[in-house]
Amino acid sequence: MEAFTTHTGRAVPLRRSNVDTDQIIPAHWLKKVTRDGFEDGLFEAWRKDPDFVLNRSAHAGATVLVAGPDFGTGSSREHAVWALQNYGFRAVVSSRFADIFRGNSLKNGLLTVVLPQETVEALWRLTEDDPTAEVTVDLVARKVLATGVEADFALDENARWRLLEGLDDISLTLKNEAAIADFEASRPAFRPRTLTV
Amino acid sequence: MGRTLAEKVWDDHVVRRAEGEPDLLFIDLHLLHEVTSPQAFDGLRKAGRAVRRTDLTIATEDHNTPTLDIDKPIADPVSRTQLETLRKNCADFGVRLHPLGDVEQGVVHVVGPQLGLTQPGMTVVCGDSHTSTHGAFGALAFGIGTSQVEHVLATQTLPMAPFRTMAVTVNGELPAGVTAKDLILAVIARIGTGGGQGYVIEYRGEAVEKLSMEARMTVCNMSIEAGARAGMIAPDRTTFDYVRGREHAPSGADWDAAVAYWKTLRTDDDAVFDHEVVIEADELAPFVTWGTNPGQGAPLSAAVPDPGSFEDVSARQAAEKALEYMGLTAGQPLREVAVDTVFVGSCTNGRIEDLRSAASVLRGRRVAGDVRMLVVPGSVRVALQAVDEGLDKVFTEAGAEWRHAGCSMCLGMNPDQLAPGERAASTSNRNFEGRQGKGGRTHLVSPQVAAATAVLGHLASPADLSGPTETDVRTPARF
Ligand code: SF4
Repeated sequence: MEAFTTHTGRAVPLRRSNVDTDQIIPAHWLKKVTRDGFEDGLFEAWRKDPDFVLNRSAHAGATVLVAGPDFGTGSSREHAVWALQNYGFRAVVSSRFADIFRGNSLKNGLLTVVLPQETVEALWRLTEDDPTAEVTVDLVARKVLATGVEADFALDENARWRLLEGLDDISLTLKNEAAIADFEASRPAFRPRTLTV
Repeated sequence: MGRTLAEKVWDDHVVRRAEGEPDLLFIDLHLLHEVTSPQAFDGLRKAGRAVRRTDLTIATEDHNTPTLDIDKPIADPVSRTQLETLRKNCADFGVRLHPLGDVEQGVVHVVGPQLGLTQPGMTVVCGDSHTSTHGAFGALAFGIGTSQVEHVLATQTLPMAPFRTMAVTVNGELPAGVTAKDLILAVIARIGTGGGQGYVIEYRGEAVEKLSMEARMTVCNMSIEAGARAGMIAPDRTTFDYVRGREHAPSGADWDAAVAYWKTLRTDDDAVFDHEVVIEADELAPFVTWGTNPGQGAPLSAAVPDPGSFEDVSARQAAEKALEYMGLTAGQPLREVAVDTVFVGSCTNGRIEDLRSAASVLRGRRVAGDVRMLVVPGSVRVALQAVDEGLDKVFTEAGAEWRHAGCSMCLGMNPDQLAPGERAASTSNRNFEGRQGKGGRTHLVSPQVAAATAVLGHLASPADLSGPTETDVRTPARF
């Protein structure tokens, strides 16, 4: 997993609440066999509308999504996180996230930042007035910074540490390499193997 | 204080234990299939990781595979891509694969035990909820998600949260004509589809000890339908006899060491379960489901229940919805429910004993004219054994279709599906809405009930058939 320390990029204002994972990535995309290539499925239904905010050229290349409350509700599909990341988002800001979505996002290195709704509104106004305005999400200082906005956010210490270090579950487990190797060395010889090596 | 069987197996696999963190468990066997593995391999590739223990990993193709014309290209491009992806991943990462057409191909949970790869006291995982099947050997076997599949591929371990223990004790002997399937359906109806949530269930008691190995697999297979994380049965002579001599079974001094260890895998007398359920075997009867979850079941002799009879509001609403979907009316005798299709197969009831059991009912009889019956062996090995015993002839002569091995009509992912509104008696494990095809209606039954139902065209048990029936099929301990 890529470490997340601090990130600065342009932001997309998504003035919608209750964005469920079916909207983020529709079910028919789940037949895919990769974790990549979900970017075209991201908000697929909404993107058919040329006026949808993601379709505006001024927002091309944005890496921070600023959404309304209750983002990521519904189905637990991990694909929703993959789709946001494939599209290029590094962080999502909202006043409230669905639990499972938040768990999935942190597991995959997508930072979900909870800010008060007033701050979200301020970010919406800023980025609507000036689509090139940059937003900084600083995980080290736990702050979101933009012109006229300086807001602290909270994140549980364990999740923050894992993001700062870029540790996914697998990397964390591999820190126990010695313990795994010891265990392997002491396994009884009668345990079966699928291959003769 | 003593420990339960599940706790012993768990403790023997702890790689690392730290206060406030989940235990890191070593995984002895990782089974793969085409549906839940592609993103896991993709993740490995992106991170530049290898499969840590290819020698503890094995893959087969089952969910998407057709059961007819298996030598032709697979028609559905999505299914074809999933299979091709598995083949490429296994080749790239050095994982042993048994693809369609291979003699060891079959439903993943049939293949592991049959190769002797599933043994007592092991930890077994697979990206499939019915991994609980392997618990029949006294193994701790869990279904896992795709991220966890990747985790096991990379590390051969899993951080696991602790579980609670439940004992389901079945006293006495099962009456004639009552099978393992009836037993587990009755257990689920008793404790409910959420009753096992967070638990590892250990099935014990005289009736369980007397079950054959394959019948024990049927029981443990459906633990997940009770919401349990796993199901287990303590290994004994029946288990050892089944494992002995299989391709990957230990031999020589290893065999003796293994058996000595396996014999310690019993719940201590002073161990305490978090929850206990006791069932009297002589109260059990052939069981069928009437609803759209596996807990909505009743004895075959009963009638479709009146939703109003359920005290719990959500159970009542669930029953109302189920009857509407199933096209049934309260009070209708279950025996009068006519079916269009009968399916014998799946990881629940697709092993040789299941086929013998269905064939014993069909021998010398005919499938009713308007009923389509599919018999799908759980693996190629099971199919070969059945042909050897002439069972395929019994099925085809009775008018049933004898198919190639795979998951088939257990789920609507391959060409074998119910049409909207079609009704099936099925030996599989899930009767969810649309599970066997969009709009399809499923009644879960045992192989014997499936066969009798095929003959009469409505839900029935062998006892409803005229003429002699071989109800007591003698089965060798292993084939
Ligand atoms: S037979 Fe059915 S339950 Fe078993 S693995 Fe296949 S689809 Fe899943």
